[in-house]
Amino acid sequence: MMELNTQRMEDFKGIYRYLVVFISLAFLLIFIRLWSLQVIMGGDLRRLSENNCIRLRENPADRGMLLDRKGRILARNRPSFEVYLVPEDVKSNPEVIAQVGKLLNIPTEDIQQRFDTQKRRAPFKPVKIKSDIDWNELALLETNRVHLPGLIVDVRPRRAYDYGDLASHLIGYLGEIDENELKQSRETAYRMGALIGKYGIEYRWENDLRGVDGGRQIEVDALGREIRPMGVVEPFPGNNLFLTIDLDLQQTAEEAYQDKNGALVAMDPKTGHVLAMVSKPSFEPDVFARNILPEEWKSLVENPSHPLQNKGIQGQYPAGSVFKIITAIAGLESGTITPNTTFTCTGAFPYGNRNFRCWKEKGHGSISLHRAIVESCDIYFYQVGLKVGPDLIAHYANEFGLGKVTGIALPHERPGTVPSSSWKKKRFGVPWYSGETLSFSVGQGYLNATPLQLLMLISGVANGGKLFLPQVVEKVENIYGSKLKEYPPVELGRANVSEKTLQSVQDALRGAVNDPHGTGWTCALKDVKVAGKTGTAQVIKLPDNFKKGDMNRVPLKFRDHAWFVAYAPFEDPKIAVAVLVEHGGFGASAAAPIAKKVIERYFNVQPSAPQKRTEVESDLEDAD
Amino acid sequence: MQIDRRLLIHFDWILVGFVLAIASIGILNLYSATTKIEISGTPLYLKQIFWVLIGLAIMVTIAFIEYRFYSDVGYIAYSIALFLLIVVLGYGMITSGAQRWVKIGSLSFQPSEFVKIALIMALAKYFHRPPDRKGYSLKQLGLPFILLLFPMGLILKQPDLGTAIILLLVFFSILIFVKIRWSSLLAIVLPGAAVVPLLWRFLKEYQKKRIITFFNPDLDPLGAGYHLIQSKIAVGSGGILGKGFMKGTQSKLGFLPEQQTDFIFSALGEEWGLIGSLFVISLYFALILWGLRIAVQAKDRYSAILAFGVVAMLFWHVFINIGMVLGMMPVVGIPLPLLSYGGSFIISTLIGVGLLLNVSMRRYLF
Repeated sequence: MMELNTQRMEDFKGIYRYLVVFISLAFLLIFIRLWSLQVIMGGDLRRLSENNCIRLRENPADRGMLLDRKGRILARNRPSFEVYLVPEDVKSNPEVIAQVGKLLNIPTEDIQQRFDTQKRRAPFKPVKIKSDIDWNELALLETNRVHLPGLIVDVRPRRAYDYGDLASHLIGYLGEIDENELKQSRETAYRMGALIGKYGIEYRWENDLRGVDGGRQIEVDALGREIRPMGVVEPFPGNNLFLTIDLDLQQTAEEAYQDKNGALVAMDPKTGHVLAMVSKPSFEPDVFARNILPEEWKSLVENPSHPLQNKGIQGQYPAGSVFKIITAIAGLESGTITPNTTFTCTGAFPYGNRNFRCWKEKGHGSISLHRAIVESCDIYFYQVGLKVGPDLIAHYANEFGLGKVTGIALPHERPGTVPSSSWKKKRFGVPWYSGETLSFSVGQGYLNATPLQLLMLISGVANGGKLFLPQVVEKVENIYGSKLKEYPPVELGRANVSEKTLQSVQDALRGAVNDPHGTGWTCALKDVKVAGKTGTAQVIKLPDNFKKGDMNRVPLKFRDHAWFVAYAPFEDPKIAVAVLVEHGGFGASAAAPIAKKVIERYFNVQPSAPQKRTEVESDLEDAD
Repeated sequence: MQIDRRLLIHFDWILVGFVLAIASIGILNLYSATTKIEISGTPLYLKQIFWVLIGLAIMVTIAFIEYRFYSDVGYIAYSIALFLLIVVLGYGMITSGAQRWVKIGSLSFQPSEFVKIALIMALAKYFHRPPDRKGYSLKQLGLPFILLLFPMGLILKQPDLGTAIILLLVFFSILIFVKIRWSSLLAIVLPGAAVVPLLWRFLKEYQKKRIITFFNPDLDPLGAGYHLIQSKIAVGSGGILGKGFMKGTQSKLGFLPEQQTDFIFSALGEEWGLIGSLFVISLYFALILWGLRIAVQAKDRYSAILAFGVVAMLFWHVFINIGMVLGMMPVVGIPLPLLSYGGSFIISTLIGVGLLLNVSMRRYLF
C-alpha cells in the first residue's frame, strides 16, 4: 500500500473557518426563505391549499386547417361543448348526477359507471359525461348552472370535415392517442386522451397540424366554481396545409364513381402534384373525430370492400393490358421489334398445351405495333413478350417505378410486384416457365401494381420518361399566412428509354383513344386530345369457353377489374389519370368514362357524348 | 482482517446518530406522503426501509476497511464507474425521457449515483500529493479536469442535468479545499462563465424550459412552473406548526408530481411546519459541520480530501434540493439525501457516510 502524505495539512485548517461561515450562510438563507413562506405568506398559501382549489384546465390548440390548392377549406375546427362532472364535488350533492342525467338524457347509472371507470384519475379531475352537446342542451345546463355544483361545461375545438367523405383517404382521420404513441412522443407533450392523426395527411403532417396546447390554472371555491385564473397559457394553433388537390376535380371524380368501388389518382405529370385522389368506398372522417363507437369501427373493418384502405396506394391489382405499354417499350428498346414489325392474330395462340386467346375472338389479322396498342391485341404482345423474355420486361417495368413504392408521403403505400426469373426462383424456388411470360406480357400472372404506380407509368410516358415524386401537400403556412415549408417538385429520375420509342408509344396511346377501333374511344374529347390505355385485370381465371357477354352473370366479386390510364392534352400533357374500377368489367365501358369526366372538368370543356363511330364493332364496348 | 480494538472505541456514534435520525424521519415522511398514491406492489416506505438497511450494512463494511485500500484502487473504481455510465448510454432502460438505469438481474441501479463517489475517490488520490507554497497551478489541474469532464459529459448526455451539476460543484469545492492558486481559479471560472451561453444550446428543451420558468414561473404554470407553484403552496400552507402527520393535502391529492423523490421536502414542510422543517434542516447542518470537522482533523491529505468530498456532496444536495423546493433555485432533478425515495441514491449516500466514518475512526491511529 502506498505511503499517505501528511504535508501541508495546515491548508485545510486555514480554510476551515471560511467553509463554516459559508455553510452557515447557506443554511441561514434557507431559514429565511422558510420563514417567509411559512410565517409571512403562510396564511395565504394555507387558504389556497385548504380549498385544494387550484384546478388545471386543458385548453387544446386548434388543429391546422387543410385547404385545397386554391385555398378552399377541406378540414377545419368548430367549437364543441363538452360536459364534465367533478366526482369530489358531486359527492356532497348527489342529486346533481340525477339532474344532469335528466337534462342530457343520460341514465344515472351511465354517469356513475363513467366515474367508476376513471377511479385512478387525479383527485378533482373532471370526468367527461357527454361531448358535443347541442344548443338546447347547452341552454338547459347554463340556466340551471347555479343548482349544479361540480358541473363544468367546456369548449373544445372539434375537427370538422365540411365535405363529408370527400377525399377521406387522402385526408385521413384522427383518433385518441394510444399508449405506444404516448411513449414515443417523449418531448412533445401529448396528454392522455389527446387526439392524434392516425391515417393519411392527418397522420403524416401531425407535427405541423398540431399546435401547442394551452391551459389554465384556476382557483376555484369549495363548490368548484371558478374564482380567478392563476396562470393562463394561450394555446397556439397548428399550421395550415395547402394540399395539391383541386376541390372541383376531386368532387367530379368522386361523383363519377357513383356507387362503384375502386380508386382514381390524377396528377400533373410535370410536377408530381396530385390533383385528385379517390378511393371507394370511402368513410366519414368525422366519425373518428368524436370517439368512434365499437360497432361503427367493426362495420368499417369488416366491410369486404375495405373502406379504410386507400386503394390508390394500398390496393395491388394486376395491371392488365395497361402493362402492354411496358412490353412494347421493352420490345422496341431491345430492338426485338420495330414499329413496323407485324404478327398475325387469329384470335388464339397455342403455346405449350394451352390455348392463349385474344379478347377479340375473330382475331385482328396481320397487325403492327401501333394497331396492336390501339386495339389492344393480346396475341401481338404474347409474341413480343416471348421474344424479349421476362427479365427485360421486368427491367423496363422497374424503370417506370413499378415494383417499388413511389415514396408518396402517405402511410401504408404498397410496392406491388414485378416478377422476373430470379424473383420467382427466390420466391417459389422453381424456375420461370415460358408460359408465364405470356401472362406477364399482357399484365396478368404475378404482376401487381397500385393505381398510383400505373399513374407514374403513364405520366412518365407522357413526360418523356421523367418521373416526379407524387406529392399531396404544396405548402405549410402558419396562422399568420407566412410560408413555413414548401414542397417543390422532386424529380425521381428518368426512365432510360429513347425518344423514338416513347414517341411510337405516345402515338399509339393517342390512337387508342382517337383512332377508329381504338379501345379507349369512350374517353375521346372534341376539344382536348387525350391519349390513354384500357386494361382489364383478371380476378379469377374464367373457363376457356367463357363468352364475353356472359360477364353480367358472373358474381360481382369474381368480375374483372377495369383499368384506364390517360393523359391530356396529347401535345403538352397537363394532367395524367389512372382509374381503377373494382369488378367493373371492361376498361372501356367502366373506367374510361370516369377518366373522361375528370379530364373534361380539368379543362372545363363541355361534356360531349361519345361519338359512336359507324364502323365501330359492337364488341368494342367490351374491349380489353 | 484483524479489526483494531481502538477502532471500536473511536467509532463515530454521533455521525451515525445524525444519519439514523434523518433516515428515520425520511421513512416516516415517505409513509405519510405516499399512502394515498396507488402504486402497485410493495409500498414505497417499505422499499425505502429495505434500501436503508442494505445501505447501513454497506456503510459499516466500508468504514472498517482501511482507507489506504481505497486510495490504492481509486482509479480502478473510477474506471469501473465510468464504464457503467457508458453501458447506461448504450443499453440503459429508458425511464421518463432519460437513460439513467442499468439493469443487472432483477436489480436496476443508476451508475451516475456511484460516479459521484468514484470521482471524489479519484480526486482525493490525485491531490494527496501536496502543491507548492502558493497552491496548485493550472498545469497540475489537467488530469483532474479530465477526471471530471468524462463522466460529466456522459451524464449530461443521459440527460441528467442535476447530477452533472453536483459533479461540477463537488469538483470546484475540492479545488478550493486543496488550495489552488487564485490566478488559476480565475483562469478557469472566467472563460467558463463565458461558455455558459454556448452550453445553453446543448440543453434539452425541457431543461431550458425549467430554467426559464424558474425566473418566471407564470410563463408555464401548467408544466415546469406548476411544480414550483404547487411546492411553494405545500410548504407555505404548513405554517409554523404544520398540518400534522398524515394530514397534508397538497402532496396527498396528487398536486405535486415527483413528490416522493425530488419534492419530498414539501411534504415535510406541509405536515410539520416551520418547527419540523427547522429541525430537519438543523440535523443536516449538524451532519455537514460534523463531517467538515472530520475532514479537517484527518491525519493525512488523502483522507481529509476524501472526507471533504463527501461533505461537499451532501451539502450541495441538501442546499440545491431544499432551495429548489422553496422556489429559490431552478428545478433541477437533485434528490434530498436520506429523505428522497430511491435505492441507488440511498446507497451512494451511505457509502459516502461510510467513508466519513472510516476517516473519523482512524484520526487517532497511525
